[in-house]
Amino acid sequence: MHPLHQILAQVAGRNRVKPGEFIVVKVDLAEINDLYLQVILSFNEMGGDKVWDPRKITFVMDHYAPAPTIRAAENQRKMREFAFEQGIKNFFDINQGICHQVMPEAGLVWPGMLLVATDSHATTHGAFGAFSTGIGATDMAAVLFTGEIWFRVPEIIKINIRGKTGKGIMAKDIILYIISQLGTDVALYKAIEFDGEAVKEMSLDERLVLCNMAVEMGAKATYIRPDEKVMEYISHTNPKKYKEYQSIKKSNNINSEEYESIFNFNISNLEPQVALPHRVDKVVSVLQAAGKPIQQALIGTCTGGRINDIKIAAQILKGKKIFSSVRLLIIPASNKILEKCIELGYIQTLLDSGATLATPSCGPCLGAHEGVLAPGEACISTSSRNFPGRMGSTEAKIFLSSPATVAASAIKGVITDPREFL
Amino acid sequence: MFKSIIKGKAFKIGDDIDTDQIYPGRYLYLTSPEDIASHAMEDIIPDFSEKIEGEDWIIVAGKNFGCGSSREHAPRAILYAGIKAIVAESFGRIFYRNAINVGLPVLKYPDIIKKVHQGDLIKINLQDGLITLYKPERKISIEKYPPQLLSILKSGGLISYLKKYGKYSHFTDEI
Repeated sequence: MHPLHQILAQVAGRNRVKPGEFIVVKVDLAEINDLYLQVILSFNEMGGDKVWDPRKITFVMDHYAPAPTIRAAENQRKMREFAFEQGIKNFFDINQGICHQVMPEAGLVWPGMLLVATDSHATTHGAFGAFSTGIGATDMAAVLFTGEIWFRVPEIIKINIRGKTGKGIMAKDIILYIISQLGTDVALYKAIEFDGEAVKEMSLDERLVLCNMAVEMGAKATYIRPDEKVMEYISHTNPKKYKEYQSIKKSNNINSEEYESIFNFNISNLEPQVALPHRVDKVVSVLQAAGKPIQQALIGTCTGGRINDIKIAAQILKGKKIFSSVRLLIIPASNKILEKCIELGYIQTLLDSGATLATPSCGPCLGAHEGVLAPGEACISTSSRNFPGRMGSTEAKIFLSSPATVAASAIKGVITDPREFL
Repeated sequence: MFKSIIKGKAFKIGDDIDTDQIYPGRYLYLTSPEDIASHAMEDIIPDFSEKIEGEDWIIVAGKNFGCGSSREHAPRAILYAGIKAIVAESFGRIFYRNAINVGLPVLKYPDIIKKVHQGDLIKINLQDGLITLYKPERKISIEKYPPQLLSILKSGGLISYLKKYGKYSHFTDEI
Protein backbone atom coordinates (compact mmCIF):
# COMPACT_ATOMS: atom_id res chain seq x y z
CA MET A 1 0.00 0.00 0.00
CA HIS A 2 1.01 3.59 -0.56
CA PRO A 3 1.95 5.41 2.69
CA LEU A 4 -1.15 7.62 2.35
CA HIS A 5 -3.30 4.49 2.10
CA GLN A 6 -1.45 3.04 5.10
CA ILE A 7 -2.44 6.10 7.12
CA LEU A 8 -6.07 5.76 6.04
CA ALA A 9 -6.10 2.02 6.80
CA GLN A 10 -4.70 2.68 10.25
CA VAL A 11 -7.21 5.39 11.17
CA ALA A 12 -10.01 3.27 9.68
CA GLY A 13 -8.91 0.33 11.86
CA ARG A 14 -8.44 -1.93 8.85
CA ASN A 15 -5.63 -3.90 7.29
CA ARG A 16 -6.10 -2.52 3.80
CA VAL A 17 -7.95 0.17 1.90
CA LYS A 18 -8.46 0.42 -1.85
CA PRO A 19 -8.94 3.54 -3.98
CA GLY A 20 -12.64 4.25 -4.52
CA GLU A 21 -13.78 2.66 -1.25
CA PHE A 22 -15.75 4.64 1.30
CA ILE A 23 -14.28 4.47 4.78
CA VAL A 24 -14.93 6.09 8.14
CA VAL A 25 -11.78 7.15 9.95
CA LYS A 26 -10.76 8.52 13.33
CA VAL A 27 -9.25 12.00 13.21
CA ASP A 28 -5.92 12.76 14.94
CA LEU A 29 -6.31 16.53 14.78
CA ALA A 30 -9.11 18.88 13.74
CA GLU A 31 -8.32 22.54 13.07
CA ILE A 32 -10.94 25.29 12.79
CA ASN A 33 -10.21 28.82 11.63
CA ASP A 34 -12.02 32.05 12.40
CA LEU A 35 -14.06 32.14 9.18
CA TYR A 36 -16.38 29.35 10.18
CA LEU A 37 -18.58 30.04 13.14
CA GLN A 38 -20.85 27.71 11.18
CA VAL A 39 -18.86 24.80 12.70
CA ILE A 40 -20.22 25.67 16.13
CA LEU A 41 -23.70 26.42 14.77
CA SER A 42 -23.83 23.05 12.97
CA PHE A 43 -22.44 21.27 16.06
CA ASN A 44 -25.21 22.74 18.18
CA GLU A 45 -27.83 21.91 15.55
CA MET A 46 -26.69 18.28 15.51
CA GLY A 47 -27.41 18.17 19.21
CA GLY A 48 -23.74 18.41 20.17
CA ASP A 49 -23.00 18.96 23.83
CA LYS A 50 -19.40 18.05 24.63
CA VAL A 51 -16.85 17.74 21.84
CA TRP A 52 -15.40 14.26 21.31
CA ASP A 53 -11.87 15.11 22.48
CA PRO A 54 -10.78 18.67 23.34
CA ARG A 55 -7.10 17.65 23.11
CA LYS A 56 -7.49 16.85 19.42
CA ILE A 57 -9.17 20.11 18.45
CA THR A 58 -7.49 23.40 17.71
CA PHE A 59 -8.72 26.86 16.79
CA VAL A 60 -6.61 29.39 14.89
CA MET A 61 -7.71 33.01 14.49
CA ASP A 62 -5.89 33.79 11.25
CA HIS A 63 -8.15 34.91 8.39
CA TYR A 64 -9.58 37.97 10.12
CA ALA A 65 -6.63 38.78 12.37
CA PRO A 66 -7.03 41.23 13.97
CA ALA A 67 -10.78 41.50 13.41
CA PRO A 68 -11.60 44.09 10.71
CA THR A 69 -15.38 44.27 11.33
CA ILE A 70 -17.74 44.02 14.28
CA ARG A 71 -19.24 40.80 12.91
CA ALA A 72 -15.85 39.17 12.51
CA ALA A 73 -14.97 40.25 16.05
CA GLU A 74 -18.22 38.75 17.31
CA ASN A 75 -17.56 35.45 15.54
CA GLN A 76 -14.09 35.30 17.10
CA ARG A 77 -15.55 36.07 20.53
CA LYS A 78 -18.02 33.20 20.17
CA MET A 79 -15.19 30.86 19.18
CA ARG A 80 -13.12 31.89 22.21
CA GLU A 81 -16.12 31.23 24.45
CA PHE A 82 -16.80 27.85 22.84
CA ALA A 83 -13.16 26.78 23.19
CA PHE A 84 -13.11 27.86 26.83
CA GLU A 85 -16.36 26.06 27.68
CA GLN A 86 -15.19 22.89 25.92
CA GLY A 87 -11.74 22.89 27.50
CA ILE A 88 -9.95 23.27 24.16
CA LYS A 89 -6.46 24.38 25.13
CA ASN A 90 -4.94 24.64 21.65
CA PHE A 91 -6.47 28.01 20.92
CA PHE A 92 -4.21 30.21 18.80
CA ASP A 93 -5.42 33.77 18.89
CA ILE A 94 -4.68 36.66 16.52
CA ASN A 95 -1.12 36.94 17.82
CA GLN A 96 0.11 33.63 16.36
CA GLY A 97 -0.21 33.49 12.58
CA ILE A 98 -1.66 31.27 9.85
CA CYS A 99 -2.96 27.84 10.83
CA HIS A 100 -0.78 25.94 8.34
CA GLN A 101 2.34 27.49 9.87
CA VAL A 102 1.22 27.65 13.49
CA MET A 103 0.18 23.98 13.74
CA PRO A 104 3.52 22.48 12.66
CA GLU A 105 5.42 24.99 14.83
CA ALA A 106 3.33 23.92 17.84
CA GLY A 107 4.10 20.24 17.27
CA LEU A 108 0.55 19.42 16.16
CA VAL A 109 1.65 17.92 12.83
CA TRP A 110 3.67 14.72 12.45
CA PRO A 111 4.29 11.99 9.89
CA GLY A 112 1.60 9.33 9.64
CA MET A 113 -1.22 11.36 11.19
CA LEU A 114 -4.67 12.24 9.85
CA LEU A 115 -5.40 15.95 9.98
CA VAL A 116 -8.52 17.78 8.83
CA ALA A 117 -8.85 21.57 8.75
CA THR A 118 -11.53 24.01 7.64
CA ASP A 119 -9.12 25.33 5.03
CA SER A 120 -8.41 23.98 1.57
CA HIS A 121 -4.67 24.57 1.90
CA ALA A 122 -4.53 21.82 4.52
CA THR A 123 -2.80 19.82 1.77
CA THR A 124 0.35 21.68 2.94
CA HIS A 125 1.00 19.09 5.67
CA GLY A 126 1.72 16.29 3.21
CA ALA A 127 5.22 17.78 3.26
CA PHE A 128 5.51 16.35 6.80
CA GLY A 129 4.21 12.94 5.72
CA ALA A 130 0.71 13.53 7.13
CA PHE A 131 -2.60 12.77 5.41
CA SER A 132 -4.12 16.23 5.61
CA THR A 133 -7.15 17.63 3.86
CA GLY A 134 -9.55 20.56 3.87
CA ILE A 135 -13.18 20.13 4.84
CA GLY A 136 -16.23 22.36 5.25
CA ALA A 137 -17.94 23.60 8.39
CA THR A 138 -20.61 20.91 8.80
CA ASP A 139 -18.11 18.11 8.09
CA MET A 140 -16.01 19.65 10.84
CA ALA A 141 -18.99 19.89 13.18
CA ALA A 142 -19.48 16.15 12.63
CA VAL A 143 -15.83 15.57 13.55
CA LEU A 144 -16.33 17.52 16.77
CA PHE A 145 -19.47 15.44 17.39
CA THR A 146 -18.18 11.94 16.51
CA GLY A 147 -14.39 12.19 16.20
CA GLU A 148 -14.83 10.64 12.77
CA ILE A 149 -15.16 11.56 9.11
CA TRP A 150 -15.92 9.61 5.95
CA PHE A 151 -13.58 9.54 2.99
CA ARG A 152 -13.53 8.04 -0.44
CA VAL A 153 -10.04 6.52 -0.61
CA PRO A 154 -8.19 8.59 -3.24
CA GLU A 155 -6.11 7.31 -6.12
CA ILE A 156 -2.51 8.52 -5.99
CA ILE A 157 -0.75 10.54 -8.68
CA LYS A 158 3.02 10.73 -8.55
CA ILE A 159 4.87 13.82 -9.74
CA ASN A 160 8.62 13.31 -10.17
CA ILE A 161 10.66 16.49 -10.28
CA ARG A 162 14.17 16.06 -11.56
CA GLY A 163 17.01 18.43 -12.41
CA LYS A 164 18.81 21.27 -10.69
CA THR A 165 17.21 24.67 -10.26
CA GLY A 166 18.89 27.64 -11.88
CA LYS A 167 19.61 31.00 -10.24
CA GLY A 168 16.53 32.62 -8.70
CA ILE A 169 14.26 29.61 -9.25
CA MET A 170 12.07 28.67 -6.31
CA ALA A 171 9.49 26.01 -5.48
CA LYS A 172 6.75 28.48 -6.44
CA ASP A 173 8.10 28.66 -10.00
CA ILE A 174 8.20 24.87 -10.16
CA ILE A 175 4.66 24.34 -8.90
CA LEU A 176 3.19 27.09 -11.11
CA TYR A 177 4.85 25.44 -14.10
CA ILE A 178 3.52 22.00 -13.11
CA ILE A 179 -0.01 23.36 -12.65
CA SER A 180 0.17 25.01 -16.07
CA GLN A 181 1.12 21.67 -17.62
CA LEU A 182 -1.32 19.42 -15.76
CA GLY A 183 -4.31 21.75 -15.27
CA THR A 184 -6.51 22.71 -12.36
CA ASP A 185 -8.48 19.45 -12.23
CA VAL A 186 -5.86 16.76 -12.81
CA ALA A 187 -5.98 15.63 -9.19
CA LEU A 188 -9.70 16.02 -8.42
CA TYR A 189 -10.71 13.43 -5.78
CA LYS A 190 -7.09 12.19 -5.84
CA ALA A 191 -3.88 12.67 -3.88
CA ILE A 192 -0.45 13.74 -5.14
CA GLU A 193 2.95 12.46 -4.11
CA PHE A 194 5.94 14.64 -4.98
CA ASP A 195 9.23 12.86 -5.46
CA GLY A 196 12.49 13.19 -7.36
CA GLU A 197 15.93 14.66 -6.76
CA ALA A 198 14.76 18.28 -6.93
CA VAL A 199 12.26 17.62 -4.11
CA LYS A 200 14.88 15.84 -2.00
CA GLU A 201 17.21 18.83 -2.45
CA MET A 202 14.54 21.33 -1.38
CA SER A 203 14.36 22.84 2.08
CA LEU A 204 11.27 22.02 4.12
CA ASP A 205 9.98 25.59 3.55
CA GLU A 206 10.12 25.02 -0.20
CA ARG A 207 8.45 21.59 -0.06
CA LEU A 208 5.57 23.17 1.84
CA VAL A 209 4.96 25.43 -1.18
CA LEU A 210 4.55 22.41 -3.49
CA CYS A 211 2.11 20.67 -1.16
CA ASN A 212 0.24 23.89 -0.44
CA MET A 213 -0.39 24.65 -4.11
CA ALA A 214 -1.33 21.04 -4.97
CA VAL A 215 -4.89 21.90 -4.00
CA GLU A 216 -4.94 24.23 -7.02
CA MET A 217 -4.79 21.03 -9.10
CA GLY A 218 -7.73 19.67 -7.11
CA ALA A 219 -5.69 17.43 -4.79
CA LYS A 220 -7.34 15.99 -1.70
CA ALA A 221 -4.02 15.37 0.04
CA THR A 222 -0.30 15.32 -0.74
CA TYR A 223 2.71 13.33 0.31
CA ILE A 224 6.45 13.76 0.37
CA ARG A 225 8.31 10.89 1.97
CA PRO A 226 9.62 12.19 5.31
CA ASP A 227 13.41 12.36 5.28
CA GLU A 228 16.05 13.61 7.70
CA LYS A 229 15.02 17.26 7.11
CA VAL A 230 11.45 16.50 8.21
CA MET A 231 12.55 14.31 11.11
CA GLU A 232 14.99 16.97 12.32
CA TYR A 233 12.08 19.45 12.39
CA ILE A 234 9.72 17.02 14.16
CA SER A 235 12.41 16.14 16.71
CA HIS A 236 12.19 19.75 17.91
CA THR A 237 8.44 20.32 17.60
CA ASN A 238 7.16 16.97 18.91
CA PRO A 239 9.86 14.68 20.36
CA LYS A 240 7.27 12.05 21.39
CA LYS A 241 5.86 11.62 17.88
CA TYR A 242 9.41 11.76 16.52
CA LYS A 243 10.37 8.71 18.58
CA GLU A 244 7.14 6.89 17.73
CA TYR A 245 7.59 7.42 14.02
CA GLN A 246 11.26 6.42 14.12
CA SER A 247 10.28 3.08 15.67
CA ILE A 248 7.74 2.20 12.94
CA LYS A 249 8.99 -0.13 10.25
CA LYS A 250 8.64 1.60 6.90
CA SER A 251 9.02 0.10 3.47
CA ASN A 252 11.55 1.87 1.31
CA ASN A 253 10.01 1.22 -2.04
CA ILE A 254 6.55 2.04 -3.23
CA ASN A 255 5.37 -0.25 -6.00
CA SER A 256 4.62 1.67 -9.20
CA GLU A 257 1.25 -0.11 -9.31
CA GLU A 258 0.21 2.01 -6.37
CA TYR A 259 0.00 5.02 -8.68
CA GLU A 260 -2.87 5.87 -10.94
CA SER A 261 -0.49 7.92 -13.05
CA ILE A 262 3.06 9.23 -12.95
CA PHE A 263 4.22 12.55 -14.39
CA ASN A 264 7.87 13.47 -14.89
CA PHE A 265 9.28 16.99 -14.96
CA ASN A 266 12.81 18.23 -15.44
CA ILE A 267 13.26 21.74 -14.08
CA SER A 268 16.89 22.33 -15.05
CA ASN A 269 16.05 24.97 -17.67
CA LEU A 270 13.00 26.43 -15.94
CA GLU A 271 12.71 30.22 -15.85
CA PRO A 272 10.85 32.23 -13.21
CA GLN A 273 7.12 31.73 -13.75
CA VAL A 274 4.14 34.08 -13.45
CA ALA A 275 0.45 33.10 -13.35
CA LEU A 276 -1.58 35.73 -15.19
CA PRO A 277 -5.03 36.92 -14.09
CA HIS A 278 -7.42 35.22 -13.39
CA ARG A 279 -6.27 31.62 -13.54
CA VAL A 280 -3.65 29.72 -11.56
CA ASP A 281 -2.87 27.58 -14.63
CA LYS A 282 -2.46 30.54 -17.04
CA VAL A 283 1.29 30.59 -16.53
CA VAL A 284 4.06 32.20 -18.58
CA SER A 285 7.79 32.76 -18.18
CA VAL A 286 8.63 36.02 -16.39
CA LEU A 287 10.16 37.17 -19.68
CA GLN A 288 6.71 37.19 -21.27
CA ALA A 289 5.07 38.95 -18.30
CA ALA A 290 7.88 41.48 -17.75
CA GLY A 291 6.93 45.14 -18.01
CA LYS A 292 3.36 44.86 -16.80
CA PRO A 293 2.75 47.64 -14.22
CA ILE A 294 1.82 46.74 -10.62
CA GLN A 295 0.60 48.90 -7.74
CA GLN A 296 0.87 46.31 -4.96
CA ALA A 297 3.32 43.54 -4.18
CA LEU A 298 2.53 40.96 -1.50
CA ILE A 299 4.94 38.65 0.26
CA GLY A 300 2.97 36.53 2.68
CA THR A 301 0.20 33.92 3.13
CA CYS A 302 0.30 30.17 3.78
CA THR A 303 1.97 29.76 0.39
CA GLY A 304 4.70 32.37 0.45
CA GLY A 305 5.21 33.95 3.89
CA ARG A 306 7.95 31.76 5.38
CA ILE A 307 11.52 32.62 6.36
CA ASN A 308 12.86 31.47 3.02
CA ASP A 309 10.46 33.82 1.21
CA ILE A 310 11.21 36.85 3.36
CA LYS A 311 14.93 36.13 3.22
CA ILE A 312 15.09 36.23 -0.60
CA ALA A 313 13.04 39.45 -0.61
CA ALA A 314 15.44 41.06 1.87
CA GLN A 315 18.40 39.90 -0.19
CA ILE A 316 16.97 41.50 -3.34
CA LEU A 317 15.79 44.71 -1.64
CA LYS A 318 18.88 45.33 0.51
CA GLY A 319 20.03 48.90 0.01
CA LYS A 320 17.29 49.60 -2.53
CA LYS A 321 13.96 51.42 -2.48
CA ILE A 322 10.67 50.15 -3.79
CA PHE A 323 9.17 52.03 -6.75
CA SER A 324 7.40 55.26 -5.72
CA SER A 325 3.90 54.13 -6.74
CA VAL A 326 4.18 50.58 -5.33
CA ARG A 327 2.98 49.29 -1.96
CA LEU A 328 5.00 46.31 -0.76
CA LEU A 329 3.22 44.28 1.94
CA ILE A 330 5.23 41.92 4.11
CA ILE A 331 3.02 39.56 6.11
CA PRO A 332 4.99 36.77 7.79
CA ALA A 333 3.07 33.49 8.06
CA SER A 334 3.53 33.38 11.83
CA ASN A 335 4.76 35.39 14.78
CA LYS A 336 7.66 32.96 15.18
CA ILE A 337 8.68 33.71 11.58
CA LEU A 338 8.34 37.43 12.23
CA GLU A 339 10.56 37.17 15.32
CA LYS A 340 13.16 35.17 13.43
CA CYS A 341 13.13 37.63 10.53
CA ILE A 342 13.57 40.54 12.94
CA GLU A 343 16.48 38.71 14.55
CA LEU A 344 18.11 38.08 11.18
CA GLY A 345 17.67 41.72 10.15
CA TYR A 346 15.39 40.99 7.19
CA ILE A 347 12.49 43.06 8.51
CA GLN A 348 14.68 46.15 9.02
CA THR A 349 16.05 45.77 5.50
CA LEU A 350 12.54 45.54 4.08
CA LEU A 351 11.24 48.48 6.12
CA ASP A 352 14.22 50.53 4.95
CA SER A 353 13.24 49.76 1.38
CA GLY A 354 9.76 51.17 1.98
CA ALA A 355 7.81 47.97 2.77
CA THR A 356 4.68 47.87 4.93
CA LEU A 357 4.61 45.24 7.69
CA ALA A 358 1.23 43.74 8.65
CA THR A 359 0.05 41.30 11.33
CA PRO A 360 1.05 37.68 10.67
CA SER A 361 -2.18 36.32 9.20
CA CYS A 362 -3.79 35.44 5.87
CA GLY A 363 -3.69 39.16 5.04
CA PRO A 364 -5.56 40.35 1.93
CA CYS A 365 -5.47 36.89 0.27
CA LEU A 366 -9.18 36.34 0.83
CA GLY A 367 -10.17 39.90 0.05
CA ALA A 368 -11.27 40.87 3.53
CA HIS A 369 -8.68 43.33 4.88
CA GLU A 370 -5.00 44.32 5.25
CA GLY A 371 -4.43 45.54 1.71
CA VAL A 372 -7.37 44.80 -0.60
CA LEU A 373 -7.21 46.04 -4.18
CA ALA A 374 -9.12 48.88 -5.87
CA PRO A 375 -10.68 48.49 -9.33
CA GLY A 376 -8.06 48.76 -12.04
CA GLU A 377 -5.13 47.91 -9.74
CA ALA A 378 -2.67 45.08 -10.25
CA CYS A 379 -0.88 43.08 -7.57
CA ILE A 380 1.95 40.59 -7.82
CA SER A 381 1.76 38.12 -4.99
CA THR A 382 3.37 35.05 -3.42
CA SER A 383 -0.11 33.75 -2.57
CA SER A 384 -1.91 30.83 -4.17
CA ARG A 385 -4.99 32.18 -5.95
CA ASN A 386 -5.66 34.87 -8.53
CA PHE A 387 -9.40 34.27 -9.03
CA PRO A 388 -11.49 37.36 -9.92
CA GLY A 389 -12.19 39.36 -6.75
CA ARG A 390 -9.94 37.17 -4.60
CA MET A 391 -8.06 40.16 -3.17
CA GLY A 392 -10.78 42.80 -3.32
CA SER A 393 -12.24 44.32 -6.48
CA THR A 394 -13.20 41.92 -9.29
CA GLU A 395 -11.75 44.55 -11.60
CA ALA A 396 -8.31 44.17 -10.02
CA LYS A 397 -5.65 41.85 -11.42
CA ILE A 398 -3.54 39.38 -9.45
CA PHE A 399 -0.30 37.91 -10.77
CA LEU A 400 1.20 34.97 -8.86
CA SER A 401 4.94 34.42 -8.63
CA SER A 402 7.84 33.55 -6.36
CA PRO A 403 8.90 35.99 -3.61
CA ALA A 404 12.02 36.76 -5.64
CA THR A 405 9.91 37.94 -8.59
CA VAL A 406 7.61 39.90 -6.26
CA ALA A 407 10.57 41.69 -4.66
CA ALA A 408 12.21 42.52 -8.00
CA SER A 409 8.89 43.79 -9.35
CA ALA A 410 8.41 46.02 -6.30
CA ILE A 411 11.70 47.77 -7.11
CA LYS A 412 10.83 48.44 -10.75
CA GLY A 413 7.07 48.99 -10.45
CA VAL A 414 6.58 46.52 -13.29
CA ILE A 415 6.85 42.75 -13.39
CA THR A 416 10.57 42.06 -13.39
CA ASP A 417 12.88 39.06 -13.79
CA PRO A 418 14.46 38.59 -10.34
CA ARG A 419 17.69 37.30 -11.88
CA GLU A 420 18.57 40.95 -12.62
CA PHE A 421 19.11 41.37 -8.88
CA LEU A 422 20.73 38.05 -7.94
CA MET B 1 -37.70 17.30 2.61
CA PHE B 2 -35.85 14.93 0.34
CA LYS B 3 -37.21 14.55 -3.16
CA SER B 4 -35.87 11.83 -5.41
CA ILE B 5 -37.29 13.58 -8.48
CA ILE B 6 -36.07 17.11 -9.10
CA LYS B 7 -37.30 19.25 -11.97
CA GLY B 8 -36.01 22.61 -13.08
CA LYS B 9 -34.74 24.79 -15.87
CA ALA B 10 -31.07 24.70 -16.80
CA PHE B 11 -29.03 27.67 -15.59
CA LYS B 12 -25.83 27.30 -17.57
CA ILE B 13 -22.44 28.40 -16.34
CA GLY B 14 -18.84 27.70 -17.49
CA ASP B 15 -15.74 25.80 -16.36
CA ASP B 16 -13.71 26.33 -13.18
CA ILE B 17 -16.27 28.46 -11.36
CA ASP B 18 -14.38 28.86 -8.09
CA THR B 19 -15.82 29.41 -4.63
CA ASP B 20 -14.76 33.08 -4.62
CA GLN B 21 -17.03 33.61 -7.62
CA ILE B 22 -19.85 31.62 -6.02
CA TYR B 23 -19.48 33.41 -2.68
CA PRO B 24 -16.91 36.21 -2.24
CA GLY B 25 -14.48 35.96 0.69
CA ARG B 26 -15.44 39.39 1.98
CA TYR B 27 -18.79 38.02 3.21
CA LEU B 28 -17.50 34.94 5.06
CA TYR B 29 -18.41 36.41 8.45
CA LEU B 30 -22.13 36.13 7.63
CA THR B 31 -24.12 33.19 9.02
CA SER B 32 -27.85 33.75 8.42
CA PRO B 33 -29.46 32.05 5.38
CA GLU B 34 -30.97 35.32 4.07
CA ASP B 35 -27.65 37.18 4.29
CA ILE B 36 -25.73 34.36 2.64
CA ALA B 37 -28.31 33.91 -0.15
CA SER B 38 -28.15 37.61 -1.02
CA HIS B 39 -24.48 37.31 -2.10
CA ALA B 40 -24.74 34.13 -4.21
CA MET B 41 -22.79 34.51 -7.48
CA GLU B 42 -22.63 38.24 -6.79
CA ASP B 43 -19.35 38.94 -8.56
CA ILE B 44 -20.08 37.04 -11.78
CA ILE B 45 -23.88 37.31 -12.11
CA PRO B 46 -24.85 40.48 -10.22
CA ASP B 47 -28.59 40.00 -10.90
CA PHE B 48 -28.54 36.26 -10.05
CA SER B 49 -31.43 36.37 -7.57
CA GLU B 50 -33.68 38.25 -10.02
CA LYS B 51 -32.80 35.84 -12.82
CA ILE B 52 -33.85 32.77 -10.83
CA GLU B 53 -36.86 34.29 -9.09
CA GLY B 54 -40.23 32.57 -9.39
CA GLU B 55 -39.08 29.34 -11.06
CA ASP B 56 -37.15 26.17 -10.22
CA TRP B 57 -33.62 26.09 -11.60
CA ILE B 58 -30.84 23.51 -11.84
CA ILE B 59 -27.31 24.83 -12.37
CA VAL B 60 -25.59 23.11 -15.30
CA ALA B 61 -21.84 23.67 -15.22
CA GLY B 62 -18.60 22.63 -16.89
CA LYS B 63 -15.60 21.10 -15.18
CA ASN B 64 -14.29 21.74 -11.66
CA PHE B 65 -17.33 23.62 -10.36
CA GLY B 66 -16.64 24.93 -6.85
CA CYS B 67 -12.87 24.63 -6.96
CA GLY B 68 -10.85 26.62 -4.45
CA SER B 69 -11.71 27.35 -0.87
CA SER B 70 -13.32 25.05 1.72
CA ARG B 71 -16.07 27.59 2.44
CA GLU B 72 -19.42 25.91 3.05
CA HIS B 73 -20.96 29.31 2.35
CA ALA B 74 -20.66 28.47 -1.38
CA PRO B 75 -23.18 25.57 -1.54
CA ARG B 76 -25.25 27.21 1.20
CA ALA B 77 -25.55 30.41 -0.89
CA ILE B 78 -26.73 28.39 -3.90
CA LEU B 79 -29.15 26.33 -1.79
CA TYR B 80 -30.54 29.33 0.09
CA ALA B 81 -30.96 31.23 -3.19
CA GLY B 82 -33.38 28.48 -4.21
CA ILE B 83 -31.38 26.38 -6.72
CA LYS B 84 -32.65 22.78 -6.70
CA ALA B 85 -29.53 20.88 -7.81
CA ILE B 86 -26.26 21.19 -9.73
CA VAL B 87 -25.15 18.97 -12.61
CA ALA B 88 -21.54 19.51 -13.67
CA GLU B 89 -18.78 17.72 -15.53
CA SER B 90 -16.81 17.63 -12.28
CA PHE B 91 -16.72 19.39 -8.91
CA GLY B 92 -14.06 20.74 -6.60
CA ARG B 93 -13.94 17.99 -4.00
CA ILE B 94 -14.59 20.07 -0.88
CA PHE B 95 -17.51 21.82 -2.58
CA TYR B 96 -18.94 18.40 -3.54
CA ARG B 97 -18.84 17.18 0.08
CA ASN B 98 -20.15 20.47 1.42
CA ALA B 99 -23.09 20.44 -1.00
CA ILE B 100 -24.17 16.95 0.13
CA ASN B 101 -23.65 17.92 3.75
CA VAL B 102 -26.03 20.88 3.43
CA GLY B 103 -28.56 18.81 1.43
CA LEU B 104 -27.93 20.24 -2.04
CA PRO B 105 -27.94 17.46 -4.70
CA VAL B 106 -24.83 17.56 -6.90
CA LEU B 107 -24.41 15.23 -9.87
CA LYS B 108 -21.54 14.53 -12.22
CA TYR B 109 -22.07 14.00 -15.93
CA PRO B 110 -19.27 14.42 -18.51
CA ASP B 111 -20.92 16.30 -21.40
CA ILE B 112 -23.90 17.86 -19.69
CA ILE B 113 -22.95 21.40 -20.69
CA LYS B 114 -23.10 20.46 -24.39
CA LYS B 115 -26.39 18.63 -24.10
CA VAL B 116 -28.59 21.44 -22.81
CA HIS B 117 -29.37 25.02 -23.66
CA GLN B 118 -30.03 27.81 -21.20
CA GLY B 119 -33.57 27.43 -19.86
CA ASP B 120 -34.12 23.82 -21.06
CA LEU B 121 -36.21 21.70 -18.72
CA ILE B 122 -34.31 18.96 -16.89
CA LYS B 123 -35.62 16.14 -14.69
CA ILE B 124 -33.31 14.33 -12.30
CA ASN B 125 -34.07 11.00 -10.65
CA LEU B 126 -31.54 10.72 -7.82
CA GLN B 127 -32.55 7.23 -6.71
CA ASP B 128 -32.20 5.67 -10.16
CA GLY B 129 -29.35 7.83 -11.44
CA LEU B 130 -31.21 9.19 -14.44
CA ILE B 131 -31.45 12.60 -16.05
CA THR B 132 -34.28 13.29 -18.48
CA LEU B 133 -33.75 15.93 -21.14
CA TYR B 134 -36.46 17.22 -23.46
CA LYS B 135 -36.40 18.63 -27.01
CA PRO B 136 -36.16 15.75 -28.01
CA GLU B 137 -37.08 13.76 -24.93
CA ARG B 138 -34.34 11.35 -23.87
CA LYS B 139 -33.02 9.78 -20.71
CA ILE B 140 -29.33 9.69 -19.83
CA SER B 141 -27.89 7.45 -17.17
CA ILE B 142 -25.55 9.01 -14.70
CA GLU B 143 -23.30 7.32 -12.20
CA LYS B 144 -25.63 6.24 -9.41
CA TYR B 145 -25.20 8.04 -6.15
CA PRO B 146 -23.07 5.99 -3.76
CA PRO B 147 -25.60 4.71 -1.19
CA GLN B 148 -23.61 6.28 1.65
CA LEU B 149 -23.90 9.76 0.18
CA LEU B 150 -27.52 9.23 -0.82
CA SER B 151 -28.27 8.38 2.80
CA ILE B 152 -26.99 11.84 3.84
CA LEU B 153 -29.01 13.58 1.11
CA LYS B 154 -32.12 11.59 2.03
CA SER B 155 -31.82 12.87 5.58
CA GLY B 156 -31.67 16.42 4.24
CA GLY B 157 -27.97 16.87 4.97
CA LEU B 158 -25.37 15.83 7.50
CA ILE B 159 -26.87 17.70 10.46
CA SER B 160 -30.20 15.84 10.20
CA TYR B 161 -28.37 12.60 9.39
CA LEU B 162 -26.31 12.71 12.58
CA LYS B 163 -29.30 13.88 14.60
CA LYS B 164 -31.10 10.77 13.40
CA TYR B 165 -28.34 8.14 13.46
CA GLY B 166 -25.75 9.64 15.84
CA LYS B 167 -22.87 8.23 13.74
CA TYR B 168 -21.97 7.28 10.16
CA SER B 169 -24.26 4.24 10.14
CA HIS B 170 -24.30 3.76 6.36
CA PHE B 171 -20.54 3.82 5.89
CA THR B 172 -19.40 0.73 7.73
CA ASP B 173 -19.63 -1.84 4.94
CA GLU B 174 -17.34 -2.04 1.96
CA ILE B 175 -18.96 -1.43 -1.40
